[in-house]
Amino acid sequence: MSIAEARDEAPGVRTFRLTFTDEPARARFFGQYRVGMFGLYGLPGEGESTFCVASPPTRTEYIECTFRRAGRVTTALQDRGVGESITFRGPYGNSFPVDAWRGRNVLFVAGGIALPPVRSVIWNILDRRPEFGDVTIVYGARAVADLVYKHELADWQQRGDVRLVTTVDPGGETADWKGQVGFVPAVLEQAAPSAGNCVAVVCGPPVMIKFTLPVLSKLGFAAGDIYTTLENRMKCGLGKCGRCNVGSAYVCKDGPVFTLEQLHRLPSGDM
Amino acid sequence: MIAPVRVGQAVRLAEWAPGAPIELSEIPANSAKEFILPASETIGRYDRDGARFTMRETTPEGPRTVLLGVRPCEAAGLAIVDAVFNWDSRDEFYDARRAATTVVATACAQADADCFCTSVGGAPGATRGADVMLRLADGGRQFIVESLSARGEELLRSAHGVTEGEAAADPLADVPVRFSHERVTGWLAGQFDSPRWQEFSLACLGCAACAYLCPTCHCFDIQDESTRTAGVRYRNWDACGLGLFTQHTSGHNPRADQMARWRQRVMHKFSYYPEKFGMLACTGCGRCARMCPAGMAISDTCRAIDAEESSPG
Ligand code: SF4
Ligand code: SF4
Ligand code: FES
Repeated sequence: MSIAEARDEAPGVRTFRLTFTDEPARARFFGQYRVGMFGLYGLPGEGESTFCVASPPTRTEYIECTFRRAGRVTTALQDRGVGESITFRGPYGNSFPVDAWRGRNVLFVAGGIALPPVRSVIWNILDRRPEFGDVTIVYGARAVADLVYKHELADWQQRGDVRLVTTVDPGGETADWKGQVGFVPAVLEQAAPSAGNCVAVVCGPPVMIKFTLPVLSKLGFAAGDIYTTLENRMKCGLGKCGRCNVGSAYVCKDGPVFTLEQLHRLPSGDM
Repeated sequence: MIAPVRVGQAVRLAEWAPGAPIELSEIPANSAKEFILPASETIGRYDRDGARFTMRETTPEGPRTVLLGVRPCEAAGLAIVDAVFNWDSRDEFYDARRAATTVVATACAQADADCFCTSVGGAPGATRGADVMLRLADGGRQFIVESLSARGEELLRSAHGVTEGEAAADPLADVPVRFSHERVTGWLAGQFDSPRWQEFSLACLGCAACAYLCPTCHCFDIQDESTRTAGVRYRNWDACGLGLFTQHTSGHNPRADQMARWRQRVMHKFSYYPEKFGMLACTGCGRCARMCPAGMAISDTCRAIDAEESSPG
């Protein structure tokens, strides 16, 4: 894959737009790709790293990924520039059953660097807007600087057909911050989206998820209507190497997308 | 040709040199999996030049191999590992070696105190995973040969000295049943959070010797090794007993202590693998107990679980 564009989103967080080396590879990818799937991005000599595909299957000329500079591989990847190449394997894993949500309302709740997996679903739904009901997005980060996709947030804010609530943790606001101040679970409770005919997609750091799930239950969301993704460490992505096991599930094959109902049947101590 | 031969003090499965005695009296220290899933195997190659790179074709290797005189608990292990490497997608590297391998198993006449095949659905005379079965007969003077697959037929067609006739099979090893695997699997389903895991795992050092010797453990890592101009991508054995196995870059580790790792080992073999693939991932070969530097034995954990599950209340 070739890096066509590189954008800085937040401190240490960068988005790559990647184009395919040839048409058969592009066609093969989009023949299989559904939102929620992930890939292994790598550099020979450094290794591979797992992250989601952050662009939707409705944009078929390229894929995007957004990731934080954290270890050896992500650092080496971010040091690559426009015009240079990286390796990619995928798409792997299962997906959000977006087609089954037609006619329903959709609520997105995301925290920090976990917006990318949710963003592909948001764009997929916005690109097919008439097929869905109300779209609500609650997104928070530690500080204003840590919010990713700032241009798109502004975009969604402007649209009449999306309700966007942004928030930053107390102390993370700037003088001209117009969003909310508070933790995601509390802000979600206040925004009180109706659970009627609604599915919820929740991605974020473990502590955010932990406190968000009870709020969703209180709002009336059933466990089978709450979707999230697991972020276990992976190596093969093919259900062989054993690294991503949680109970009898291979997160790389049976996930990364799970409903809360499915998660209740897996050992939480291994997530 | 791989067979159990004496290497120094130990009996090991190793390349057989014509004339070398084949040792059936002792269970080999290593398992046969290393000839199908090598401890380290090249799965990719590339050239590099600064930021540029070119991937090179890497063809899976499948050298024609006969595993001669392996035990039923060894042959069964291959049948178990076949499942994970061929569900969903197929693993070309594993399959290339596996398809080129003929398994000639020998019914087991000598077991030891760590053996428990009969507790996990096996038996000293079981044929699972074998292409050809040999049974000692007439007091060890002859073998009864039985072919069990097309690969076995092929091998026997080219064999000399196989005749039709009568022979009396020698007695097999006597391996007492040590626990009920159904009861173990039953208990595990509801006891992820049991306080007993603490005690079951107490002696474990997290060295992973058990996983490396186990015929069914198959977890692996993928690592690159390169110079400025070229490199290789390997898959290397890895193990759930090692602390870094599940650790995220962020530092978060879902299996943060040895208790969680030992629980994973037992759960995977007796609960998760049965749930996913319909079979236990343990053949009762006893290697993990024989070789553990800390005296751990998975059969001890299973016996304790069985006792707990069987006790009233
Ligand atoms: S059980 Fe024994 S051999 Fe296995 S990891 Fe623990 S100490 Fe090592
Ligand atoms: S867990 Fe132990 S007894 Fe079971 S197959 Fe592996 S090495 Fe043998
Ligand atoms: S990443 Fe290897 S089994 Fe899931």
